[in-house]
Amino acid sequence: MSFRNIFENDKTHHTALATGHVVPDYSRCVQCGICSYNCPIGIDVRGYAWRGEGIKSSECLTCGECVARCPRGVLRFAHTNLDKGGAL
Amino acid sequence: MRYVIIGSGVAGLSACEAIRSLDKTNEIIMVGDDPHGYYSRPGLAYYLTSEIHDKGLYPRGKNNWQSLDVQFVQGRVTRILPNEHQLIVDEKSPLSYDKLLIAVGSQAVRLDVPGADLNEVVKLDHLEDARQILKLARRGKTAIVVGGGITALELVDGFRARGMKVHYLLRGDRYWSNVLDEQESRIIEHRLKEEGVKIHHRAELIEILEKRGRVDGIRLLDGRSLRCNLLAYAIGIRPRVELARDAELAIDRGILANEYLQTNNPDIYVAGDVAQVYDPLSGRSIIDSLWGPAREQGFAAGLNMAGDKKAYIKSAPFNVTRLAGLTTTIIGTIGRGVDEDLIGIARGDSETWRSLPDAIATQSGFDVNRLRLMVGKNSLLGAIVMGNQKLSIPLEKIISAGADITAIRDKLLQPGAPIADIIAEFWTSWRAQYAS
Repeated sequence: MSFRNIFENDKTHHTALATGHVVPDYSRCVQCGICSYNCPIGIDVRGYAWRGEGIKSSECLTCGECVARCPRGVLRFAHTNLDKGGAL
Repeated sequence: MRYVIIGSGVAGLSACEAIRSLDKTNEIIMVGDDPHGYYSRPGLAYYLTSEIHDKGLYPRGKNNWQSLDVQFVQGRVTRILPNEHQLIVDEKSPLSYDKLLIAVGSQAVRLDVPGADLNEVVKLDHLEDARQILKLARRGKTAIVVGGGITALELVDGFRARGMKVHYLLRGDRYWSNVLDEQESRIIEHRLKEEGVKIHHRAELIEILEKRGRVDGIRLLDGRSLRCNLLAYAIGIRPRVELARDAELAIDRGILANEYLQTNNPDIYVAGDVAQVYDPLSGRSIIDSLWGPAREQGFAAGLNMAGDKKAYIKSAPFNVTRLAGLTTTIIGTIGRGVDEDLIGIARGDSETWRSLPDAIATQSGFDVNRLRLMVGKNSLLGAIVMGNQKLSIPLEKIISAGADITAIRDKLLQPGAPIADIIAEFWTSWRAQYAS
Protein backbone atom coordinates (compact mmCIF):
# COMPACT_ATOMS: atom_id res chain seq x y z
CA MET A 1 0.00 0.00 0.00
CA SER A 2 1.38 3.41 -0.91
CA PHE A 3 1.54 6.35 1.50
CA ARG A 4 -1.07 8.05 -0.57
CA ASN A 5 -3.49 5.21 0.07
CA ILE A 6 -2.80 5.34 3.78
CA PHE A 7 -3.70 9.02 3.92
CA GLU A 8 -6.68 8.41 1.69
CA ASN A 9 -7.97 5.73 4.10
CA ASP A 10 -7.42 8.04 7.03
CA LYS A 11 -9.35 10.81 5.34
CA THR A 12 -12.18 8.43 4.47
CA HIS A 13 -12.33 7.26 8.07
CA HIS A 14 -12.55 10.80 9.42
CA THR A 15 -15.11 11.80 6.82
CA ALA A 16 -17.23 8.83 7.89
CA LEU A 17 -17.01 9.90 11.51
CA ALA A 18 -17.74 13.54 10.80
CA THR A 19 -20.61 13.03 8.40
CA GLY A 20 -22.05 9.75 9.56
CA HIS A 21 -24.25 8.67 12.39
CA VAL A 22 -24.87 5.31 14.01
CA VAL A 23 -27.95 3.43 12.88
CA PRO A 24 -29.31 0.15 14.23
CA ASP A 25 -30.89 -2.81 12.52
CA TYR A 26 -33.38 -3.46 15.30
CA SER A 27 -34.32 -6.92 14.12
CA ARG A 28 -30.82 -8.16 15.01
CA CYS A 29 -30.79 -6.57 18.46
CA VAL A 30 -31.41 -8.59 21.64
CA GLN A 31 -31.07 -5.61 24.01
CA CYS A 32 -27.99 -7.00 25.75
CA GLY A 33 -26.80 -3.48 26.46
CA ILE A 34 -23.13 -3.86 25.49
CA CYS A 35 -23.51 -0.75 23.30
CA SER A 36 -24.82 1.45 26.13
CA TYR A 37 -22.33 -0.04 28.59
CA ASN A 38 -19.41 0.92 26.36
CA CYS A 39 -20.61 4.36 25.27
CA PRO A 40 -18.03 6.77 26.74
CA ILE A 41 -20.66 9.44 27.32
CA GLY A 42 -23.48 7.19 28.45
CA ILE A 43 -25.93 7.48 25.57
CA ASP A 44 -28.72 4.91 25.78
CA VAL A 45 -27.77 3.35 22.45
CA ARG A 46 -29.84 0.28 23.31
CA GLY A 47 -32.98 2.41 23.57
CA TYR A 48 -32.39 3.77 20.07
CA ALA A 49 -31.87 0.21 18.82
CA TRP A 50 -35.18 -0.91 20.37
CA ARG A 51 -37.01 1.88 18.59
CA GLY A 52 -35.06 1.32 15.37
CA GLU A 53 -33.89 4.94 15.35
CA GLY A 54 -30.52 6.33 14.36
CA ILE A 55 -28.50 7.81 17.24
CA LYS A 56 -29.67 11.38 17.02
CA SER A 57 -28.12 12.56 20.26
CA SER A 58 -26.03 15.61 19.50
CA GLU A 59 -23.64 14.33 22.15
CA CYS A 60 -22.71 11.25 20.10
CA LEU A 61 -19.02 11.41 19.31
CA THR A 62 -19.36 8.80 16.53
CA CYS A 63 -16.38 7.18 18.21
CA GLY A 64 -17.56 3.78 17.01
CA GLU A 65 -17.22 1.94 20.34
CA CYS A 66 -20.80 0.70 20.18
CA VAL A 67 -20.46 -0.33 16.53
CA ALA A 68 -17.29 -2.27 17.23
CA ARG A 69 -18.46 -3.93 20.44
CA CYS A 70 -21.92 -5.08 19.40
CA PRO A 71 -21.61 -8.87 19.16
CA ARG A 72 -24.47 -9.15 16.69
CA GLY A 73 -23.64 -6.52 14.10
CA VAL A 74 -26.71 -4.45 14.96
CA LEU A 75 -25.03 -1.06 14.58
CA ARG A 76 -23.34 0.57 11.62
CA PHE A 77 -22.37 3.99 10.41
CA ALA A 78 -24.65 5.50 7.83
CA HIS A 79 -23.96 8.65 5.90
CA THR A 80 -25.95 11.70 6.70
CA ASN A 81 -25.97 14.67 4.42
CA LEU A 82 -24.54 16.94 7.10
CA ASP A 83 -21.50 17.63 4.94
CA LYS A 84 -23.84 19.03 2.32
CA GLY A 85 -25.59 21.27 4.77
CA GLY A 86 -28.49 18.89 5.46
CA ALA A 87 -29.97 17.57 8.68
CA LEU A 88 -29.90 14.09 10.18
CA MET B 1 -61.29 -3.91 31.31
CA ARG B 2 -58.11 -5.51 32.62
CA TYR B 3 -55.26 -7.01 30.62
CA VAL B 4 -53.10 -9.57 32.37
CA ILE B 5 -49.80 -10.76 30.98
CA ILE B 6 -48.11 -13.82 32.44
CA GLY B 7 -44.36 -13.64 31.89
CA SER B 8 -41.87 -10.78 32.03
CA GLY B 9 -39.83 -11.48 28.90
CA VAL B 10 -39.66 -9.56 25.65
CA ALA B 11 -42.98 -10.94 24.34
CA GLY B 12 -44.76 -9.61 27.43
CA LEU B 13 -43.09 -6.21 27.28
CA SER B 14 -43.84 -5.88 23.59
CA ALA B 15 -47.49 -6.74 24.25
CA CYS B 16 -47.64 -3.97 26.88
CA GLU B 17 -46.31 -1.46 24.35
CA ALA B 18 -48.83 -2.60 21.75
CA ILE B 19 -51.76 -2.40 24.17
CA ARG B 20 -50.70 1.07 25.28
CA SER B 21 -50.49 2.23 21.67
CA LEU B 22 -54.24 1.63 21.42
CA ASP B 23 -55.50 1.81 24.97
CA LYS B 24 -54.10 4.47 27.29
CA THR B 25 -56.44 3.95 30.19
CA ASN B 26 -57.28 0.38 31.07
CA GLU B 27 -55.28 -1.59 33.57
CA ILE B 28 -52.33 -3.80 32.55
CA ILE B 29 -50.93 -6.24 35.09
CA MET B 30 -47.82 -8.26 34.39
CA VAL B 31 -47.28 -11.33 36.55
CA GLY B 32 -43.83 -12.91 36.45
CA ASP B 33 -42.03 -15.55 38.47
CA ASP B 34 -38.54 -14.34 37.58
CA PRO B 35 -37.49 -12.17 40.54
CA HIS B 36 -35.42 -10.01 38.18
CA GLY B 37 -38.33 -9.06 35.95
CA TYR B 38 -37.49 -8.00 32.40
CA TYR B 39 -33.88 -8.27 31.30
CA SER B 40 -32.06 -9.37 28.18
CA ARG B 41 -32.02 -13.15 28.37
CA PRO B 42 -29.75 -13.49 25.30
CA GLY B 43 -27.42 -11.05 27.07
CA LEU B 44 -26.69 -13.68 29.73
CA ALA B 45 -24.11 -15.18 27.35
CA TYR B 46 -22.21 -11.87 27.40
CA TYR B 47 -22.59 -11.64 31.16
CA LEU B 48 -20.86 -15.01 31.44
CA THR B 49 -17.94 -13.74 29.34
CA SER B 50 -17.79 -10.46 31.34
CA GLU B 51 -18.60 -8.34 28.30
CA ILE B 52 -21.40 -6.80 30.30
CA HIS B 53 -22.19 -6.36 33.97
CA ASP B 54 -25.43 -7.88 35.25
CA LYS B 55 -26.83 -4.42 36.02
CA GLY B 56 -26.37 -3.57 32.35
CA LEU B 57 -28.76 -6.34 31.28
CA TYR B 58 -31.87 -4.34 32.16
CA PRO B 59 -33.04 -2.35 29.13
CA ARG B 60 -35.80 -0.52 30.99
CA GLY B 61 -35.49 1.84 33.90
CA LYS B 62 -38.27 2.63 36.34
CA ASN B 63 -39.35 5.62 34.27
CA ASN B 64 -39.94 3.45 31.22
CA TRP B 65 -42.28 1.17 33.13
CA GLN B 66 -44.05 4.12 34.71
CA SER B 67 -44.67 5.65 31.31
CA LEU B 68 -46.16 2.35 30.15
CA ASP B 69 -48.35 2.31 33.26
CA VAL B 70 -47.94 -1.41 33.87
CA GLN B 71 -48.32 -2.90 37.31
CA PHE B 72 -45.82 -5.67 38.00
CA VAL B 73 -46.73 -8.53 40.31
CA GLN B 74 -43.95 -10.92 41.23
CA GLY B 75 -45.37 -14.37 41.68
CA ARG B 76 -46.02 -17.72 40.14
CA VAL B 77 -49.29 -18.33 38.40
CA THR B 78 -50.37 -21.77 39.48
CA ARG B 79 -53.70 -21.98 37.69
CA ILE B 80 -55.76 -20.33 35.02
CA LEU B 81 -59.52 -20.59 35.43
CA PRO B 82 -60.81 -19.74 31.95
CA ASN B 83 -64.50 -19.98 32.79
CA GLU B 84 -64.15 -17.56 35.69
CA HIS B 85 -61.62 -15.35 33.80
CA GLN B 86 -59.29 -15.64 36.75
CA LEU B 87 -55.73 -16.60 37.67
CA ILE B 88 -54.42 -18.01 40.89
CA VAL B 89 -51.08 -16.43 41.82
CA ASP B 90 -49.01 -18.10 44.54
CA GLU B 91 -52.16 -19.89 45.74
CA LYS B 92 -53.56 -16.59 46.99
CA SER B 93 -56.81 -14.83 46.18
CA PRO B 94 -57.71 -14.92 42.50
CA LEU B 95 -56.77 -12.21 40.02
CA SER B 96 -59.36 -11.52 37.36
CA TYR B 97 -58.67 -10.71 33.72
CA ASP B 98 -60.62 -9.77 30.65
CA LYS B 99 -57.84 -10.50 28.15
CA LEU B 100 -54.95 -12.74 29.07
CA LEU B 101 -51.56 -13.25 27.41
CA ILE B 102 -49.48 -16.30 28.24
CA ALA B 103 -45.84 -15.46 27.53
CA VAL B 104 -44.07 -17.70 30.02
CA GLY B 105 -41.33 -18.88 27.66
CA SER B 106 -39.55 -22.18 27.84
CA GLN B 107 -37.19 -23.96 30.14
CA ALA B 108 -34.21 -26.24 29.77
CA VAL B 109 -34.91 -29.92 29.37
CA ARG B 110 -33.52 -31.53 32.54
CA LEU B 111 -30.71 -34.02 32.49
CA ASP B 112 -32.02 -37.42 33.42
CA VAL B 113 -28.97 -39.19 34.86
CA PRO B 114 -27.95 -40.08 38.41
CA GLY B 115 -26.33 -37.10 40.12
CA ALA B 116 -28.17 -34.49 38.03
CA ASP B 117 -29.57 -32.81 41.14
CA LEU B 118 -26.15 -31.90 42.57
CA ASN B 119 -25.48 -28.22 43.15
CA GLU B 120 -22.68 -28.06 40.56
CA VAL B 121 -24.93 -29.25 37.74
CA VAL B 122 -26.09 -26.10 35.98
CA LYS B 123 -28.15 -24.80 33.04
CA LEU B 124 -28.66 -21.36 31.54
CA ASP B 125 -32.32 -20.37 31.63
CA HIS B 126 -32.35 -17.26 33.80
CA LEU B 127 -30.19 -14.59 35.39
CA GLU B 128 -30.15 -16.63 38.60
CA ASP B 129 -28.65 -19.56 36.67
CA ALA B 130 -25.94 -17.29 35.25
CA ARG B 131 -25.14 -15.98 38.73
CA GLN B 132 -24.92 -19.53 40.03
CA ILE B 133 -22.56 -20.45 37.18
CA LEU B 134 -20.30 -17.49 37.94
CA LYS B 135 -20.30 -18.35 41.61
CA LEU B 136 -19.12 -21.88 40.86
CA ALA B 137 -16.71 -21.12 38.00
CA ARG B 138 -13.12 -21.07 39.21
CA ARG B 139 -9.92 -20.49 37.27
CA GLY B 140 -7.99 -23.68 36.72
CA LYS B 141 -10.91 -25.95 37.60
CA THR B 142 -12.62 -28.18 35.07
CA ALA B 143 -16.06 -27.81 33.52
CA ILE B 144 -17.89 -30.25 31.31
CA VAL B 145 -20.53 -29.06 28.86
CA VAL B 146 -23.15 -31.45 27.50
CA GLY B 147 -25.58 -30.64 24.72
CA GLY B 148 -25.83 -28.74 21.47
CA GLY B 149 -26.99 -25.59 19.73
CA ILE B 150 -26.06 -22.05 20.66
CA THR B 151 -26.46 -22.30 24.44
CA ALA B 152 -23.92 -25.11 24.76
CA LEU B 153 -21.27 -22.96 23.11
CA GLU B 154 -22.27 -19.93 25.18
CA LEU B 155 -21.53 -22.03 28.24
CA VAL B 156 -18.21 -23.18 26.77
CA ASP B 157 -17.30 -19.54 26.02
CA GLY B 158 -18.26 -18.47 29.51
CA PHE B 159 -16.12 -21.13 31.20
CA ARG B 160 -13.16 -20.39 28.94
CA ALA B 161 -13.46 -16.68 29.75
CA ARG B 162 -13.21 -17.66 33.45
CA GLY B 163 -10.02 -19.58 32.80
CA MET B 164 -11.54 -23.01 33.29
CA LYS B 165 -10.51 -26.18 31.51
CA VAL B 166 -13.43 -27.27 29.36
CA HIS B 167 -14.54 -30.63 27.99
CA TYR B 168 -17.38 -30.56 25.49
CA LEU B 169 -19.33 -33.79 25.05
CA LEU B 170 -21.19 -34.55 21.83
CA ARG B 171 -23.35 -37.64 21.45
CA GLY B 172 -22.96 -37.69 17.69
CA ASP B 173 -20.15 -37.19 15.22
CA ARG B 174 -20.30 -33.43 14.93
CA TYR B 175 -21.64 -30.18 16.36
CA TRP B 176 -25.24 -29.07 15.53
CA SER B 177 -25.61 -31.56 12.72
CA ASN B 178 -29.13 -30.65 11.63
CA VAL B 179 -28.44 -26.96 11.14
CA LEU B 180 -24.78 -26.78 10.15
CA ASP B 181 -23.26 -28.80 7.35
CA GLU B 182 -20.23 -30.96 7.95
CA GLN B 183 -17.67 -28.34 6.97
CA GLU B 184 -19.31 -25.72 9.20
CA SER B 185 -19.36 -28.11 12.16
CA ARG B 186 -15.68 -28.83 11.58
CA ILE B 187 -14.83 -25.12 11.42
CA ILE B 188 -16.49 -24.58 14.79
CA GLU B 189 -14.94 -27.64 16.36
CA HIS B 190 -11.49 -26.69 15.03
CA ARG B 191 -11.80 -23.24 16.59
CA LEU B 192 -12.93 -24.71 19.89
CA LYS B 193 -9.92 -27.01 19.92
CA GLU B 194 -7.63 -24.08 19.18
CA GLU B 195 -9.06 -22.37 22.24
CA GLY B 196 -8.11 -25.39 24.29
CA VAL B 197 -11.53 -27.02 24.53
CA LYS B 198 -11.36 -30.81 24.54
CA ILE B 199 -14.14 -32.23 22.37
CA HIS B 200 -15.38 -35.79 22.89
CA HIS B 201 -17.50 -37.25 20.09
CA ARG B 202 -19.94 -40.13 20.58
CA ALA B 203 -19.84 -39.42 24.29
CA GLU B 204 -23.02 -40.45 26.08
CA LEU B 205 -23.21 -39.24 29.66
CA ILE B 206 -24.73 -41.85 31.97
CA GLU B 207 -23.77 -40.74 35.45
CA ILE B 208 -22.50 -37.71 37.34
CA LEU B 209 -20.08 -38.77 40.05
CA GLU B 210 -19.92 -37.11 43.44
CA LYS B 211 -17.43 -36.83 46.23
CA ARG B 212 -18.47 -35.41 49.59
CA GLY B 213 -21.71 -34.14 48.10
CA ARG B 214 -20.08 -32.29 45.20
CA VAL B 215 -19.63 -33.05 41.52
CA ASP B 216 -16.35 -34.85 41.04
CA GLY B 217 -16.65 -36.30 37.55
CA ILE B 218 -18.78 -38.14 35.04
CA ARG B 219 -19.07 -41.58 33.57
CA LEU B 220 -19.80 -42.29 29.92
CA LEU B 221 -21.67 -45.17 28.33
CA ASP B 222 -18.49 -46.59 26.80
CA GLY B 223 -16.93 -46.89 30.25
CA ARG B 224 -14.71 -43.80 30.09
CA SER B 225 -14.81 -41.39 32.98
CA LEU B 226 -13.70 -37.77 33.26
CA ARG B 227 -13.08 -35.65 36.32
CA CYS B 228 -14.71 -32.25 36.65
CA ASN B 229 -15.89 -29.69 39.21
CA LEU B 230 -18.87 -28.41 37.28
CA LEU B 231 -21.25 -29.81 34.70
CA ALA B 232 -23.40 -27.61 32.46
CA TYR B 233 -26.08 -28.90 30.15
CA ALA B 234 -28.00 -27.50 27.21
CA ILE B 235 -29.85 -30.44 25.70
CA GLY B 236 -32.83 -28.47 24.44
CA ILE B 237 -35.77 -26.51 25.74
CA ARG B 238 -39.42 -27.22 26.40
CA PRO B 239 -42.17 -24.64 26.16
CA ARG B 240 -43.80 -24.16 29.57
CA VAL B 241 -47.22 -25.48 28.61
CA GLU B 242 -48.37 -26.81 32.01
CA LEU B 243 -50.67 -23.86 32.84
CA ALA B 244 -52.31 -24.07 29.45
CA ARG B 245 -52.74 -27.83 29.70
CA ASP B 246 -54.49 -27.51 33.06
CA ALA B 247 -56.72 -24.81 31.56
CA GLU B 248 -57.58 -27.21 28.71
CA LEU B 249 -56.13 -25.01 26.01
CA ALA B 250 -55.09 -26.73 22.78
CA ILE B 251 -51.48 -27.90 22.95
CA ASP B 252 -49.13 -29.67 20.62
CA ARG B 253 -45.39 -29.08 21.20
CA GLY B 254 -46.25 -25.57 22.40
CA ILE B 255 -49.54 -23.78 23.08
CA LEU B 256 -51.35 -23.65 19.77
CA ALA B 257 -52.40 -20.27 18.41
CA ASN B 258 -53.90 -18.98 15.21
CA GLU B 259 -52.18 -16.22 13.22
CA TYR B 260 -53.75 -13.67 15.57
CA LEU B 261 -51.91 -15.32 18.49
CA GLN B 262 -55.24 -16.40 19.90
CA THR B 263 -55.60 -19.80 21.54
CA ASN B 264 -58.75 -21.90 21.28
CA ASN B 265 -60.09 -19.71 24.09
CA PRO B 266 -60.85 -16.34 22.45
CA ASP B 267 -59.83 -14.31 25.51
CA ILE B 268 -56.47 -16.02 25.94
CA TYR B 269 -53.50 -15.18 23.73
CA VAL B 270 -50.01 -16.58 23.58
CA ALA B 271 -46.61 -15.30 22.37
CA GLY B 272 -42.91 -16.10 22.47
CA ASP B 273 -41.12 -19.40 23.12
CA VAL B 274 -44.21 -21.04 24.55
CA ALA B 275 -46.30 -20.38 21.45
CA GLN B 276 -46.71 -22.69 18.51
CA VAL B 277 -48.14 -20.32 15.97
CA TYR B 278 -50.02 -21.05 12.77
CA ASP B 279 -48.17 -19.76 9.76
CA PRO B 280 -50.64 -19.11 6.90
CA LEU B 281 -47.84 -19.14 4.33
CA SER B 282 -46.58 -22.65 5.09
CA GLY B 283 -49.80 -24.01 6.61
CA ARG B 284 -47.80 -25.29 9.60
CA SER B 285 -47.70 -24.36 13.27
CA ILE B 286 -44.18 -23.50 14.31
CA ILE B 287 -42.19 -22.74 17.46
CA ASP B 288 -39.42 -20.16 17.30
CA SER B 289 -37.17 -19.63 20.29
CA LEU B 290 -35.89 -16.31 19.06
CA TRP B 291 -35.95 -12.78 20.43
CA GLY B 292 -37.21 -11.15 17.20
CA PRO B 293 -40.28 -13.36 16.67
CA ALA B 294 -41.08 -13.19 20.43
CA ARG B 295 -41.12 -9.40 20.22
CA GLU B 296 -43.22 -9.39 17.04
CA GLN B 297 -45.65 -12.00 18.35
CA GLY B 298 -46.03 -10.11 21.62
CA PHE B 299 -46.77 -6.92 19.72
CA ALA B 300 -49.35 -8.52 17.46
CA ALA B 301 -50.98 -10.27 20.44
CA GLY B 302 -51.13 -6.96 22.34
CA LEU B 303 -52.82 -5.19 19.44
CA ASN B 304 -55.36 -7.98 19.11
CA MET B 305 -56.05 -8.02 22.85
CA ALA B 306 -56.78 -4.30 22.62
CA GLY B 307 -59.32 -4.86 19.86
CA ASP B 308 -57.32 -4.65 16.65
CA LYS B 309 -57.15 -7.49 14.12
CA LYS B 310 -53.49 -7.93 13.29
CA ALA B 311 -52.11 -11.17 11.87
CA TYR B 312 -48.60 -12.22 12.77
CA ILE B 313 -46.84 -13.08 9.55
CA LYS B 314 -43.69 -14.94 10.28
CA SER B 315 -40.64 -13.73 8.42
CA ALA B 316 -37.66 -15.94 7.68
CA PRO B 317 -36.34 -16.78 11.14
CA PHE B 318 -32.83 -15.63 11.67
CA ASN B 319 -30.31 -15.32 14.43
CA VAL B 320 -26.90 -13.78 14.72
CA THR B 321 -24.66 -15.48 17.17
CA ARG B 322 -21.08 -16.22 17.96
CA LEU B 323 -20.08 -19.83 17.57
CA ALA B 324 -16.61 -20.37 19.01
CA GLY B 325 -15.94 -16.67 18.57
CA LEU B 326 -17.05 -16.69 14.93
CA THR B 327 -19.96 -14.39 14.14
CA THR B 328 -22.58 -16.48 12.40
CA THR B 329 -25.92 -15.54 10.91
CA ILE B 330 -28.47 -18.24 10.19
CA ILE B 331 -31.41 -17.30 7.97
CA GLY B 332 -34.40 -19.27 6.71
CA THR B 333 -34.16 -23.03 6.22
CA ILE B 334 -30.70 -24.50 6.01
CA GLY B 335 -30.71 -27.97 7.53
CA ARG B 336 -32.83 -31.00 8.22
CA GLY B 337 -33.20 -34.07 10.36
CA VAL B 338 -32.43 -34.67 13.99
CA ASP B 339 -29.49 -33.63 16.14
CA GLU B 340 -28.59 -36.23 18.73
CA ASP B 341 -27.45 -33.54 21.16
CA LEU B 342 -30.79 -31.77 21.38
CA ILE B 343 -34.27 -32.80 22.39
CA GLY B 344 -36.59 -30.66 20.27
CA ILE B 345 -35.07 -27.26 19.76
CA ALA B 346 -32.64 -25.10 21.70
CA ARG B 347 -32.63 -21.46 22.72
CA GLY B 348 -31.97 -19.02 19.93
CA ASP B 349 -33.36 -21.60 17.57
CA SER B 350 -36.19 -22.09 15.10
CA GLU B 351 -37.95 -25.24 13.98
CA THR B 352 -37.94 -23.74 10.49
CA TRP B 353 -34.16 -23.91 10.16
CA ARG B 354 -34.19 -27.67 9.87
CA SER B 355 -37.29 -28.15 7.72
CA LEU B 356 -35.47 -27.97 4.45
CA PRO B 357 -37.44 -29.02 1.39
CA ASP B 358 -35.68 -29.90 -1.85
CA ALA B 359 -33.02 -27.34 -2.39
CA ILE B 360 -29.54 -27.25 -3.74
CA ALA B 361 -26.71 -26.02 -1.58
CA THR B 362 -24.12 -23.77 -3.04
CA GLN B 363 -21.21 -22.61 -0.99
CA SER B 364 -17.99 -20.76 -1.02
CA GLY B 365 -15.33 -19.69 1.38
CA PHE B 366 -12.88 -21.43 3.54
CA ASP B 367 -11.77 -21.37 7.15
CA VAL B 368 -13.37 -18.40 8.88
CA ASN B 369 -15.32 -16.75 6.09
CA ARG B 370 -18.01 -18.99 4.79
CA LEU B 371 -21.23 -18.49 2.94
CA ARG B 372 -23.76 -21.21 2.19
CA LEU B 373 -26.96 -20.59 0.28
CA MET B 374 -29.92 -22.90 -0.09
CA VAL B 375 -31.22 -22.29 -3.58
CA GLY B 376 -34.85 -23.14 -4.24
CA LYS B 377 -36.72 -23.13 -7.53
CA ASN B 378 -36.79 -19.39 -7.95
CA SER B 379 -35.91 -18.00 -4.53
CA LEU B 380 -33.34 -18.43 -1.81
CA LEU B 381 -34.67 -20.59 1.03
CA GLY B 382 -31.90 -20.02 3.51
CA ALA B 383 -28.35 -18.95 4.11
CA ILE B 384 -25.61 -19.23 6.65
CA VAL B 385 -22.97 -16.53 6.85
CA MET B 386 -19.90 -17.18 8.97
CA GLY B 387 -17.15 -14.67 9.58
CA ASN B 388 -17.45 -11.61 7.36
CA GLN B 389 -21.03 -10.38 7.84
CA LYS B 390 -21.31 -7.92 4.96
CA LEU B 391 -23.86 -10.07 3.15
CA SER B 392 -25.92 -11.09 6.15
CA ILE B 393 -28.34 -8.14 6.07
CA PRO B 394 -28.82 -8.28 2.28
CA LEU B 395 -29.45 -12.02 2.48
CA GLU B 396 -31.91 -11.61 5.32
CA LYS B 397 -33.93 -9.14 3.24
CA ILE B 398 -33.70 -11.19 0.04
CA ILE B 399 -34.79 -14.40 1.80
CA SER B 400 -37.53 -12.76 3.89
CA ALA B 401 -39.03 -11.12 0.83
CA GLY B 402 -38.84 -14.35 -1.21
CA ALA B 403 -37.11 -12.34 -3.93
CA ASP B 404 -37.18 -13.86 -7.41
CA ILE B 405 -33.62 -14.97 -8.14
CA THR B 406 -34.32 -16.61 -11.49
CA ALA B 407 -31.89 -14.22 -13.17
CA ILE B 408 -28.94 -15.39 -11.08
CA ARG B 409 -29.94 -18.95 -10.20
CA ASP B 410 -27.87 -20.69 -12.89
CA LYS B 411 -24.85 -18.55 -12.10
CA LEU B 412 -25.12 -19.40 -8.40
CA LEU B 413 -25.22 -23.12 -9.10
CA GLN B 414 -22.15 -23.28 -11.29
CA PRO B 415 -19.30 -25.13 -9.60
CA GLY B 416 -16.89 -22.71 -7.97
CA ALA B 417 -19.21 -19.75 -8.60
CA PRO B 418 -18.24 -16.53 -6.78
CA ILE B 419 -21.56 -16.56 -4.95
CA ALA B 420 -20.72 -13.67 -2.63
CA ASP B 421 -20.06 -11.39 -5.60
CA ILE B 422 -23.18 -12.60 -7.40
CA ILE B 423 -25.33 -11.91 -4.33
CA ALA B 424 -23.72 -8.49 -3.75
CA GLU B 425 -24.44 -7.50 -7.33
CA PHE B 426 -28.00 -8.86 -7.18
CA TRP B 427 -28.59 -6.99 -3.91
CA THR B 428 -27.60 -3.66 -5.45
CA SER B 429 -30.13 -3.93 -8.26
CA TRP B 430 -32.85 -5.69 -6.22
CA ARG B 431 -32.65 -3.16 -3.42
CA ALA B 432 -33.18 -0.30 -5.87
CA GLN B 433 -36.34 -1.98 -7.22
CA TYR B 434 -37.50 -3.14 -3.79
CA ALA B 435 -37.16 0.34 -2.30
CA SER B 436 -39.09 1.95 -5.14
